[in-house]
Amino acid sequence: MSAVAAAKEVLLGFKSLLVGMRITLGQFFSPKITVQYPRETLKMPERFRGHIRLVLDPETGASRCTACKLCERACPSECISVDGVKLEGAKTKSVTEYHLNFTTCSLCGLCVEACPFDAIEFSKTYNAIGVSRSEFDNMDMVRQLAGRREVWLQNHPLPPAAPAMPAATAAPAKSAAPTLPPTPETKTP
Amino acid sequence: MIEYFISGPGSAYTRLVIYLVAFMAFVGLNAAYLVLAERKGAGWFQRRPGPNEAGPAGILQPIADGIKLIAKQVFVPPGVDGILFRLAPALVLMPAFMCLATIPYAETIYGRNINVGLLMVFSFGSITVFCLMLGGWASRNKYAVISAARVVSQNIAYEIPMLLVVLTVLMLTGTMDMQKIVQQQAGGFWNWNILRGVWTLHNPLVPVTFVIFFICMLAETNRAPFDMAEAESELIAGAMTEYSGFSWGLFFMGEYANIVVSCSVATVLFLGGWQSPIGILSGGAWGLIWFFLKLYLVIFTVIWVRWTFPRTQFYGLLNLSWKILIPISLGTLLLSSALIKIL
Repeated sequence: MSAVAAAKEVLLGFKSLLVGMRITLGQFFSPKITVQYPRETLKMPERFRGHIRLVLDPETGASRCTACKLCERACPSECISVDGVKLEGAKTKSVTEYHLNFTTCSLCGLCVEACPFDAIEFSKTYNAIGVSRSEFDNMDMVRQLAGRREVWLQNHPLPPAAPAMPAATAAPAKSAAPTLPPTPETKTP
Repeated sequence: MIEYFISGPGSAYTRLVIYLVAFMAFVGLNAAYLVLAERKGAGWFQRRPGPNEAGPAGILQPIADGIKLIAKQVFVPPGVDGILFRLAPALVLMPAFMCLATIPYAETIYGRNINVGLLMVFSFGSITVFCLMLGGWASRNKYAVISAARVVSQNIAYEIPMLLVVLTVLMLTGTMDMQKIVQQQAGGFWNWNILRGVWTLHNPLVPVTFVIFFICMLAETNRAPFDMAEAESELIAGAMTEYSGFSWGLFFMGEYANIVVSCSVATVLFLGGWQSPIGILSGGAWGLIWFFLKLYLVIFTVIWVRWTFPRTQFYGLLNLSWKILIPISLGTLLLSSALIKIL
């Protein structure tokens, strides 16, 4: 290698070092993107897939589920079990039991696809924790919905008269779901 | 009696005692807070806030670290060379203290001005290597021994270009007295050695000299991207692998003290020491402010470099020294001496 080529290479290498340093200095003065996790959390994106849950109809404050069991049949892992009763005067059945075995769920979403009433959706729960298997292998979605209904009722003081809620759903929720800490959605990066 | 130590012939000793105590405090605090600065810097360069839990914005983090280090057991593994193993961390701070005593922080603030101060700094600077080598060798750990070998070869490789570029600057200054070197650079930033050689045409390549000095400084203090001695991913912690608690902390303090020494020498040699960059606001306390401003700017650059570049490979490190830095520094030395002779 001639001396000129060597000198060129050294200069080029040195220039590349300076370019790198300029880039990192730019990062140094850029805003910090850390989310201070326990104090602030990220808002989960629209397509985030948590475990499935029953949709709370914003109009009625109840579930749209008619216990048609299409989701139960669509589930490849057989982790959903649904049951419902036909109430007096109602056109369709109402859901009374909706159990999810989250330990075998693969979050494939076939149940959400299969539902003809848009009655189930993915929750945004990403930090589900538990200390025993039993907290996830039989998650009671109806009771969880009842918990959310309590919140809904606070914003809608007059309960709609239309379809009477099944007893299990109307019962005051002890806790929405013991395994799911609330996720305050405060910060969007 | 008191007269003797304040203004009489004993004042030199008084000065030394004061500076010894002050430097011990300074080196300890400085090491603690440079660790914080480093971690903060690492965070900011990666768009994180860095440590921010202990105290407001994390300013109490060094205290927490210090308590943790002091509270930990100093474990001496079986089979090590007990005397050398304990001696190495005790020795590692000594060269840095010796060097700091000669550095002029301001017109009147210095430990002891020696007319060959620069020579002393470089001679003691190379002793640090032996302390690391001693610790590595005494540890009876293969990683530590590899690290010790690396430290020595790295320092031999970088001592040469370092001394060559310092020679180049010494030909401009004509003295090894650090106080005089700083006094020569009075007036403004264009009089600093990093630029003076350019317009007096005595050494137009003096900025290159500074860059070489800076690179060698990083290598001599075992800083990334040349931290081959403490290559975490390869050698665990290099020579410090077997050290724990505060003996490890002393190595750490030694590393940061050496960074301060090297950056101080860079400031004195190239950046005008305690001289004001614009000629005004000089003298007295301003000298101290300018010196530390420049010093910490250089230290910031050291941290900046660390979090920008990945670690070099060992042969790359030696190639850089033997094939690039030494030829270039020899070239600048020849050019400078020729120009000084002609002009």
